[in-house]
Amino acid sequence: MTPTPLDRLARATPPSMARRVRGLSDRTIAWLFVAPTIALLLAINIFPLIWTVRLSFTNFAANKPNAEVKWVGLRNYERILTDDGIWATMQTTAHFLFWTLFFQVLIGFTLAWLINRKFKGNDLLTTLIVLPMMLSPAVVGNFWTFLYQPQIGLVNYMVELLTGTPASSFSMLGPGGLAPWSIVIVDTWMWTPFVMLICLAGLRSIPDYIYEAAEIDRASKWRQFWTITIPMVLPFLMLAVLFRGIENFKMFDMVTLLTGGGPGNETLLTSIDLKREAFEKWRTGYSSAYAIILFVTVFGLASIYVKALNKVKER
Amino acid sequence: MSGVSSSWSVTEPSKLSKWLAATLVLAYTLITLLPLLWIISTGFKSGPDSISYPPKVVFEPSLEGYVNLFTTRTRLGAEAFAALPPPETWYDRIVRQSGMVIAGPSRFGERFLNSVIIGFGSTALSIFLGTLAAYGFSRFKVPLKDDLLFFILSTRMMPPIAVAIPIYLMYRQLGLSDTHLGMILLYTAVNISLAVWLLKGFIDEIPREYEEAALIDGYTRFQAFRKVVLPQAATGIASTAIFCLIFAWNEYAFAVLLTSGKAQTAPPFIPTIIGVGGQDWPAVAAGATIFLLPVMIFTILLRKHLLRGITFGAVRK
Amino acid sequence: MKAGYLAAASAMALVSAVAGRADADDLTLCWAAWDPANALVELSKDFEAQTGTKMNFEFVPWPNFADRMLNELNSGGKLCDLLIGDSQWIGGAAENGWYLKLNDFFAKESISMDDFAPATVYAYSTWPKGEPNYYALPAMGDANGWFYRKDWFARPEIQAAFKEKYGRDLAEPKTQTELLEIAQFFQGREIDGKTVYGASIFTERGSEGITMGATNALYAFGFKYENTPGKYDMEGAVNSPDAVAGLEFYKELYKTATPPGYDNAYMEQSLDAFKSGQVAMAMNWFAFFPGLYADPNVGGEHIDFFVNPAQKVPASTLGGQGISVVANTDNMDGALAYIKWFSQPDVQQKWWSMGGYSCHNAVLNDPGFKDSAPFAGDFLEAMANVQDFWQEPAYAQLLLAMQERLHNYVVADQGTAQEALDGLIKDWTEVFEDEGKL
Repeated sequence: MTPTPLDRLARATPPSMARRVRGLSDRTIAWLFVAPTIALLLAINIFPLIWTVRLSFTNFAANKPNAEVKWVGLRNYERILTDDGIWATMQTTAHFLFWTLFFQVLIGFTLAWLINRKFKGNDLLTTLIVLPMMLSPAVVGNFWTFLYQPQIGLVNYMVELLTGTPASSFSMLGPGGLAPWSIVIVDTWMWTPFVMLICLAGLRSIPDYIYEAAEIDRASKWRQFWTITIPMVLPFLMLAVLFRGIENFKMFDMVTLLTGGGPGNETLLTSIDLKREAFEKWRTGYSSAYAIILFVTVFGLASIYVKALNKVKER
Repeated sequence: MSGVSSSWSVTEPSKLSKWLAATLVLAYTLITLLPLLWIISTGFKSGPDSISYPPKVVFEPSLEGYVNLFTTRTRLGAEAFAALPPPETWYDRIVRQSGMVIAGPSRFGERFLNSVIIGFGSTALSIFLGTLAAYGFSRFKVPLKDDLLFFILSTRMMPPIAVAIPIYLMYRQLGLSDTHLGMILLYTAVNISLAVWLLKGFIDEIPREYEEAALIDGYTRFQAFRKVVLPQAATGIASTAIFCLIFAWNEYAFAVLLTSGKAQTAPPFIPTIIGVGGQDWPAVAAGATIFLLPVMIFTILLRKHLLRGITFGAVRK
Repeated sequence: MKAGYLAAASAMALVSAVAGRADADDLTLCWAAWDPANALVELSKDFEAQTGTKMNFEFVPWPNFADRMLNELNSGGKLCDLLIGDSQWIGGAAENGWYLKLNDFFAKESISMDDFAPATVYAYSTWPKGEPNYYALPAMGDANGWFYRKDWFARPEIQAAFKEKYGRDLAEPKTQTELLEIAQFFQGREIDGKTVYGASIFTERGSEGITMGATNALYAFGFKYENTPGKYDMEGAVNSPDAVAGLEFYKELYKTATPPGYDNAYMEQSLDAFKSGQVAMAMNWFAFFPGLYADPNVGGEHIDFFVNPAQKVPASTLGGQGISVVANTDNMDGALAYIKWFSQPDVQQKWWSMGGYSCHNAVLNDPGFKDSAPFAGDFLEAMANVQDFWQEPAYAQLLLAMQERLHNYVVADQGTAQEALDGLIKDWTEVFEDEGKL
């Protein structure tokens, strides 16, 4: 079985070779090697995080360095948790998360399953399919606005070609309710290969003898699929969903370039909203509280999910 | 992981199902590559061709987009334009066709160079620190090791905008805003979790016996690390480096918030390429092509280690 | 180990060497990326020749301009020595010390603000508003104006059809209502075998577009920010019946007389629509008019210009910028030398001739000015009646609120005009309370 990060965390420390050799002691070397990394992370991750917590209890505004900073207690948190606008962005984010995961799992798994038919050239096609996910989301997102242009865009043209709906009669990024789906399409285009690769690894990890045994038991292909393939791939699939879930919860670059949160607030994901609060309105204290709430949310959801993942793997 | 048995029996798919699968996957590949091909081809279109309706598949190739990407142009009055000496170079000629003259180079070259400096700088630093830490975690008893490893990973869960708020204030205080050094440190901090996790996996795979032997031969621990472990881990280090490089290369959120010019990388710059009166799509596409191509090549080189890289070493193939 | 540290150290040294490569004697001027900026590059070649100072330029597209530059100023970056910043930034820039206060320098070099048009000095240079504290030299006068297809307006069959429908001659509109009628008249009409539309207007959501467009109508209908200037008493001013009528008007203009798909349009899209022959009229900043007039397809005899028509009051939305010295520049002398050079009447005259809108009286009061370009007279008329958005330090927050309220009502069809403006007062009150001004 393939180890996951958690497996490896749990794995017992390998037997030590701790014995004195010439030169520095192992202990010194261990610290010398690990310390710079920890120091860097403390300086650029942990110290700022603590600072953010502190700021979240103030009315500090980064664009008014001369103004007096006041403690406001929990008021920022109160304002955020009672703000309808923020709940709306959470819903938008949930919509985006759910549908991107849904399509990526569906298409990604199907592709992996097809590629696992081991036809000639499957390696080449796999490499080509993977290309979009390695590219800069900002640059790609920006270019998709061109593909989504009404009139001259490729997407509208294709729709006209295939369905006869006139290309200028709808706007993928404009009002009319299509924009939330447009961002799902681009994300699915980009990240389906990710799910596909992981599923493929899962499918390839299933030893042939299990199927052979099932054949002997005269289990139908359909039954084999549901009783062997799916359960064996499930841990892999769940891992893929974890990664994609965290990444899409953080989503900023691609959607900013595509819609900037518009039209109206139809695609205003939390990260984009946070950017507006923090770097356009400069409500630093308020947005610090917002950031903390987001961090706690993603951390909490991820922990619950990881527990579920471990349960599935134990079976 | 690669335990695919070579004896195809009942599990070998039928010819028909192979054909069907191949056709479907091929269709998906073509659809998914279409936007990329569109980017590349738009870079070679002229301005009017790029926004024609219906979209042009066959067109007369033009280098206008690439010329516009690297230059700034200005429109002169009719008299001044007529009085100009004839164009000297091929790119002068292309610009003159649209009634303009080249005023100077654009900022794209500098932004691309910034991407290179920050990308390679942060990659070198992450690999340097990451290899040491990974070796430390792999071979020694480090107190609270599991907690530290998880802590390193959890730093990746923060939304970048949330991280950017205090970094912004800190950098303003330290004078690191819009500097190469600031961006290198930041990208290193983000990449180091990936580097440590991936490299620890690669180093775990190197049998300890090699080092033991070296130690017995009288090497110091440090010499053993340098002369035995590092060469063995070379492939792993190289592929980890490429993953770090790709992250730094593609990163947008920090770049757009913490840089404005001197250290600005290409991703926040490319979307702001505009021509005179309207976004200059051929120039944007040209910039995107130049920017995306190295990553495409790296991806193809990396294909064997791809899965491992994108899952922080959680899935190995 | 040593080798490793050495390598890292030398990498760092290399990086800092590269980072510090800009010459201390150079000047970097930041502005928006648009036609006048290209003209300024040409103009500045004289300055480079005279002083030997090398000029660098950093031009940011309008949709990102405010974001990028305010971020740059706020983060204490050293990108710009000189900044041609938007009029609304001046409050924040003055209060946070981002811009150098220029009074002493003006006194020393005997640069008098009386030499510049009063409306531009008030809008681009002073903070608090109207006080003689100068943070910028007026550099580029601008307002939101209109242009139209003179050739279409002149066609006999179109003239006749219009007269039949409205009982008057088709001509440049004198009121907002006339503007709407003309736009509706052209909407969907066949001209030369192509369907054309009425007008392209600003509807953009992300930066400032829809606010800059809608205020053109709002001001003309009698919208005011405050009942008493400086008191922040917005109730009854921002949501007055006149203001509601103005906003309803803008929505009707958008819904009934603009080309399809222009739901997020700003300067670029307005220009595109006009240049591609899709619309009879378009709004845009005067800054683009020289380029439009020179356009080979729709310029020259095809085009003419008019000032934003009055409804109750003559008014135009103010654009334009002053040039400021960024306080933490490393080349203060060079930056000030540039301002001194730029303020000279003959440089200003050349600035206007190259397509920049000078604010200098020597240019504007020249008897030949009105006839120097087909839009020059309109420019003077517009600048006489300009109104600007809040210039408060919290301007970005105030603007974002207005963008959201207006876009939701006009484009996304949410609520009524009254609700939008009532909501706007609520948002703005919150901002001013946070600022301690209410």
